[in-house]
Amino acid sequence: MQYAILCYNDEDVVWSMPPAEDQAMMARLAVVQDRLIRTGKLGPHLRLLPTTAATTLRKTAGEPLVIDGPFAETKEQLLGVFIVDVETLEAALDIARDFAAAKTGSSYEVRPIALYFPDQRSKAG
Amino acid sequence: MTDPAWTAAALTAARPRALAALLRYFRDLDTAEEAFQEACLRALQAWPRNGPPRDPKAWLIMVGRNAALDGVRRRSRHDPLPPEETLSDTNDAEAALAHQLDDSHYRDDILRLLFLCCHPDLPATQQIALALRIVSGLSVPQIARAFLVTEAAMEQRITRAKARISKGTLGFETPGPEERAERLAAVATMIYLLFNAGFSAADNVARADLSGEAIRLARLLLRLFPTEPELMGLTALMLLQQARTPARFDAAGEIVLLEDQDRTLWDGKRIAEGLALIDKAMRHRQPGPYQVQAAIAALHARAARPTDTDWAQIDLLYATLERLQPSPVVTLNRAVAVSKLRGPQAALDMIEPLAPRLSGYFHFHGVRGALLMQLGRTHAARTAFDQAIATAGTPAEALHIRRQLDRLMQDSLAT
Repeated sequence: MQYAILCYNDEDVVWSMPPAEDQAMMARLAVVQDRLIRTGKLGPHLRLLPTTAATTLRKTAGEPLVIDGPFAETKEQLLGVFIVDVETLEAALDIARDFAAAKTGSSYEVRPIALYFPDQRSKAG
Repeated sequence: MTDPAWTAAALTAARPRALAALLRYFRDLDTAEEAFQEACLRALQAWPRNGPPRDPKAWLIMVGRNAALDGVRRRSRHDPLPPEETLSDTNDAEAALAHQLDDSHYRDDILRLLFLCCHPDLPATQQIALALRIVSGLSVPQIARAFLVTEAAMEQRITRAKARISKGTLGFETPGPEERAERLAAVATMIYLLFNAGFSAADNVARADLSGEAIRLARLLLRLFPTEPELMGLTALMLLQQARTPARFDAAGEIVLLEDQDRTLWDGKRIAEGLALIDKAMRHRQPGPYQVQAAIAALHARAARPTDTDWAQIDLLYATLERLQPSPVVTLNRAVAVSKLRGPQAALDMIEPLAPRLSGYFHFHGVRGALLMQLGRTHAARTAFDQAIATAGTPAEALHIRRQLDRLMQDSLAT
C-alpha cells in the first residue's frame, strides 16, 4: 500500500536555521532515506522551494486567475513529499516518526495514494 | 519537547514581526527591544517544558507586552504613571492584540521597523549595522566581526545611530499607499546594501553570512507583500547572484570571472528559486530596476555555457536599466554586453565619456584595461590595469588585475 508523507513546517523558521544546522538536518534525513531505499520502501521524494516562489492558478467563472503565492495561507507550509510503500498505516507512521526524529519541528500528514503514475520521461525521450 | 535548534530558529524567525508589533504598541524602540528580550528568555524556559506554542510570534508579542507592562507597573510605585499616550491600548488587551496580529498590521509594522533603520542621515554602513542589531538580532560582537572593527567601536556606532533615529519622527499611523511604496523602496535598498556588504567580501566568513541574512529578510518581506514585483525582483537578483558564490573564487582565493566560472558549481536550488521569482515578477508588467537586474542575472543563469549567453537581450535590458536608473556604472556594465555583440572598440567608445565620473572606480579601469588588451593596445591597457590596482577595494581584486597584467607581459614578450 502506498502512502504520501507530506511534510509541513513553518518556513520562516526553516529559513532562519543557520546553514550548518540545515545541512546537519539533511544529513540526518539522508540516513533515514538510505535505510528506506535499501529496504525498498521509499519511492520518489522531494523538497519544495519556499512558498514565496509559488504561483497559484485559480479557476473562476471566467478566465482562471493567476495569483502570487501559495494556494492557502497557513501557519505551516507544505515543504516536502515522500512516497512510501508499506503494508500498514502503522508502518507508514513509523517512517514518519523516523523523519520527525531526524528533522526539527515538523508535522507529517500520512495520506494514502489513490492512483500512482511513475515517471515516464526517460521512455518518452 | 522542543529541540533547542528549532527554538533558536523560531525566535530568530519571529523577531522582526514580534519586535515590530511591540514597537507599535510601546512606540519606543528600547522598551520594545527589552520586551522582546524578556519574551525570548521566557520562551527558552517555557517551550522546552510545554512544547512550542501554536503561533510563536503571537506568544512572544503577548508575553513581551505583559512583561514590559509589569515592569512599568512596578516602576510606577515609585515613579509617576507614564503619560496615557505612550501606551496605545491598555483595555481589553487580548482582543486588541488579536486585531494587531492581522496581516495588514504586520505589514505596516515590519515596514516601519525596517524603515526606522533607513534614516537618511545615517550612512549606508550604519543603516546596515542598525538593521542587523535591531531587525536580525545579531549581537554587537557578531556585527563587529562582520565589519572588521572592535566591539567597542561597533557598540558606539550602534548607540549613536540609535540616538540619531530616536530623534526623528516616525509616523505610527497607518501609512498611505504612496508612503508605503516609498518605505518599501527604501527598505529594499537597505536590504540590497546588506546583501552586497556580504557578497563583496566572500573571503570574510562572518561578513559573507550577511548575504544570506539579506535573502532571509527579503523572503520574510515577500511573505507579507506577495504581489510586489520589485520585491520579487530584489529577492531573485540576490538569489541568482548568491548562486554563483561557490564558483566566484578559485582554490587559491582568486577571483574567477563570470565567463570563466565552472557553472556546474552554481547552486541549482537558488537558481530555480530566483528564476521562478523573476518569471512571477515579469507577469506584473511593472518593470523596475531590481527586476531588470534580476532578468539580466537570469539570462546568465540560463546559459549552460558562456557562449550560450543571450548578449543581445542583456544589452536591451541594460538599456532599459539606463532609462530607469541612469548611472555611469550601468553604462559600464552595458559596455561589456556591447563588447560581446559589436566588439571591443564599440564598447570602448561607450565607456570613454564615463572617465571623469568613474576615475576612482576599480571596475571602470578593469573593464577598460581588458578592452584595450583585446584591441592589442598593450601600453594603454597596462596603464589602465595600474589604475585598477590603485583603486582596488580588496586584495583579491588587486590580485586579479595583477594576473591580467602578467598575461599581458607574457604576450608582449612572446610577440
